[in-house]
Amino acid sequence: MTNHWVDFKNSDVLLIMGSNPASNHPVSFKWIQAAVDKGAKIICVDPRFTQSAAKAHLYAPLRSGTDIAFLGGMIKYILENNLYLEEYVKHYTNASFLVNPAFKLPGDNKGVFSGLEGAKYNKDTWSYQTEAGGRIKKDMSLKDPNCVFQLLKKQYSRYTPEIVSKICGTPVDKLLEVYKLYASTGKPDKAGVELYAMGWTQHTVGVQNIRSMCIIQLLLGNMGIAGGGVAAMRGESNVQGSTDHGLLFHIWPGYLGTPTASLATLKAFNEKRTPTTKEPDSLNWWKNFPKYSASFLRSTYGKNASLEEAYELMPKLDDGANYSWLTIFDQMYKGKFTGFFAWGMNPACSGAHSNKVRQALGKLDWMVNVNLFDNETGSFWRGPGMDPAKIKTEVFMLPCASSIEKEGSLANSGRLQQWRYKAVNPPGIALPDGDIMSEIYFKVKELYEKNGGPLKEAITKLSWPYGKFVGSHYHYDPHAVAKEINGFFLEDKKVENPTKKGEFKEFKKGDPVPTFAWLQDDGSTSSGCWIYCGSYPGTNMAARRGQKDPTGIGLYPEWAWSWPVNRRIIYNGASVDLNGKPWNPKKPVITWNGEKWVGDVPDGAGNPGSGRPPFIMKPDGVASIFGPGLADGPFPEHYEPLECPVEKNLMSPQKHNPAIKRFDKAGVGSDMDVYASVASCDPKFPFICSTYRISEHWQTGVLTRWCPWLAEMQPGMWCEIGLELAKEKGIANGEKVIVESARGKVECTAIVTPRFKPFIIDGNTIHEVGIPWHFGWITTKDRTYKPGDKKPEVYTEGDAANLLTPTIGDANTMIPESKAFMVNVRKRG
Amino acid sequence: MEVTRRGFLKLSSAVAAAGGLGLSLKPVSAYAQPLKIQYAKETTTICPYCSVGCSIIVSVRRGVVVNTEGDPDSPINRGSLCSKGGSIYQMAVNENRLGKPLYRAPFATEWKEVDWEWALEKIAHNVKESRDKSFKTKNDKGETVNRTEGIASVGSAAMDLEECFTYQKFLRGLGLVYIEHQARI
Repeated sequence: MTNHWVDFKNSDVLLIMGSNPASNHPVSFKWIQAAVDKGAKIICVDPRFTQSAAKAHLYAPLRSGTDIAFLGGMIKYILENNLYLEEYVKHYTNASFLVNPAFKLPGDNKGVFSGLEGAKYNKDTWSYQTEAGGRIKKDMSLKDPNCVFQLLKKQYSRYTPEIVSKICGTPVDKLLEVYKLYASTGKPDKAGVELYAMGWTQHTVGVQNIRSMCIIQLLLGNMGIAGGGVAAMRGESNVQGSTDHGLLFHIWPGYLGTPTASLATLKAFNEKRTPTTKEPDSLNWWKNFPKYSASFLRSTYGKNASLEEAYELMPKLDDGANYSWLTIFDQMYKGKFTGFFAWGMNPACSGAHSNKVRQALGKLDWMVNVNLFDNETGSFWRGPGMDPAKIKTEVFMLPCASSIEKEGSLANSGRLQQWRYKAVNPPGIALPDGDIMSEIYFKVKELYEKNGGPLKEAITKLSWPYGKFVGSHYHYDPHAVAKEINGFFLEDKKVENPTKKGEFKEFKKGDPVPTFAWLQDDGSTSSGCWIYCGSYPGTNMAARRGQKDPTGIGLYPEWAWSWPVNRRIIYNGASVDLNGKPWNPKKPVITWNGEKWVGDVPDGAGNPGSGRPPFIMKPDGVASIFGPGLADGPFPEHYEPLECPVEKNLMSPQKHNPAIKRFDKAGVGSDMDVYASVASCDPKFPFICSTYRISEHWQTGVLTRWCPWLAEMQPGMWCEIGLELAKEKGIANGEKVIVESARGKVECTAIVTPRFKPFIIDGNTIHEVGIPWHFGWITTKDRTYKPGDKKPEVYTEGDAANLLTPTIGDANTMIPESKAFMVNVRKRG
Repeated sequence: MEVTRRGFLKLSSAVAAAGGLGLSLKPVSAYAQPLKIQYAKETTTICPYCSVGCSIIVSVRRGVVVNTEGDPDSPINRGSLCSKGGSIYQMAVNENRLGKPLYRAPFATEWKEVDWEWALEKIAHNVKESRDKSFKTKNDKGETVNRTEGIASVGSAAMDLEECFTYQKFLRGLGLVYIEHQARI
């Protein structure tokens, strides 16, 4: 989230699209309601009339996977009716930048951008025109036909309400109502916020869905202001934090891109990853990259290795290769891995195409599964259709402490790091995750010290000062780790104040680094994750419980700690105009008091009138309406989901996102990877299906299905079916049905409901159905329970929704397309 | 007396039925039922489910959780909780929690309880064997990669920040590149 949960109360219009917070982030509605109490309006756009839709002032249905068409139409509406905030667009975005005249838009290029070679774009034409000195050429009048603003106008001129309506199935009058209401936030003193979740990410065009909205927010001047922003509502309590800390193949902690093989030295790595700019007023914050990479390497190996050696020891990716989730299970299915950790995860239910995942687990020699309860992953070898006598995988299921049985912190969607305390001991001899991983580490280290092995120093030289052995057991101290994440000086050092030239401060070895501005690139500082530098500068900021709200807009700066530098609304430098006056004087985020900024911790704001562009994380200092960094185009373009109910893309001759990686091609995926309705509609799977969540369960239900109160409230798998489709298929409410895709089937209870209405897509009636994804076989009644097996107090019914979903991912992130795929629904025979 | 959940429901309906006796039991029952968090030690926690970050008060008596409720001091939830957050009590007080390491040998048809030392020792040997067998210092182009290709990991957004940091250090120290978790799905 660019803003934070309480900030919803400052909005004038809240667009709920790609999410259902009333069900899935229920307490967030406290602040949505607070906004409504002051006159704000809620818009909900969703294929289903959700609980959030029930609270909305305006609801518009759309077919799953057509969000870009819907939002592209809104961009057109905003531009044509001059509803954008002109000064903001001119000075805070790249709208004025002149693009290479050879660049072509999909409308002039058979549905794709210029440069497509196979399934990959050559981005040579996605560049800017430059002056002799390298500065980007601009047209501040925004009239040059090659400027970003004019290209944007041209790109979305094709997205007329009529064609959008034909694609999305949203009636034209509803479209215009939504556009009009949301565009009303383009006035300087109005704020609009967009609330999204997996309803936007789980598509082959996921990133471009979000980009479309970012463009709208920039046009309307909604970024950086109170009540504005783009709210990515995350699905797990600490998924913001686990991402911040680099538990993904492509990033080290703090969003430092993992090094690739072609970058042989730390110097080469830093040079390649540190952006430069010719824009004289731009701060280009990422110029500090070498300080963060050095400090991270120090946190990994301390002074046991030089910075160069530490860089050498770290694993490198092959250039251009992808090691993400779908690839892991594809490779596992093909026998690439002998070992696997499924730590605090249940991929046998959470992984797209779960049948493939479950088969893949059987190809391993060993698996370590750490969890609170027995689950479908750890017990995969005794699941439906499995013959344990034929499965070689050795499995360790390790019991861990729950969140109230250990101490530590987590980061919510608003980047707020909050500390939690240990209330009780874990059951039996279960241990905190930190203790378990430490014990494995020390045992592995001992083996390498004793017996040697390839590049053993990578393991033996790791710094691990996180606790101590008491008897044979290692007690992991989360405070020690939190201090290392914050960072400290490794030697005595005199450092110039980064914000006051000529002023110096002396630090002693071991002193905490106050904020990331003080980090060094010479190896004299260690910091595990630079964006958290400042979270533990001697005291544990995440544990703070102060109640003050000096601005009155709900920042609560003394409650816990928010990264970066306790800033609650990022990009807040854009909340003021060129003269430093807040766009909305009634809800200022930062205010110039004559000497300095007060309010929130200012973000990139230079002194008023200094001309510093506020988006300091971008090399050029402005936000990207034109985004050449992406794999599938600098502007969003509508493409159909891979599995879809239409023969043609009504927008262009290019049906699907041309930059996605298909797993049904020879040499790429596996024999299990099949799709339906790709080239043309397959009558065997005529209905769109989307997965979703409910209040009473969490993720795969791996915890909540074992909690009897929750299992009793929501005891099993269902399929929501519209009245019209139910009538057509002769299905009655409460009857058992089979939902089937090209990859698998699940048994569900039919919920026949007016919440789904058929869509009229280009004159054809198209039905969509929906299923929750929280269920799995381990807590069902009809499985075999052996003596000693845990037996739930309340059984649940049904298996995983992901048995149906395809192995296909977004072109940029490879997040699976679980929100739009094709199924059949029939009565159970 | 051990009062189970279902037993408790029966008990409360019996109390409700007693209301039909024609005499009020109200003052008596009010006196007879002390606050359920009496003598309990309170700690605060943050809900482990969705990403709103609601604060919860956990009350513990004699090492056992006796109550959980929304924390009114949190500016985020001001005491409110949803159905999941309100059920945190059952995460701790739940006889189905795993309390011992379980082991399933190749081709075995059931779990076997094992002790930590044995399990961790065996895991460490497996890790070393898989790593040694699949470790690559150079890729096909001859560039230095120093990576373990034969082990993958998924997890976990369910851990604390400190554990996430430590876990990535552990995995990258082993040379893993196949590192993924919930954020990708």
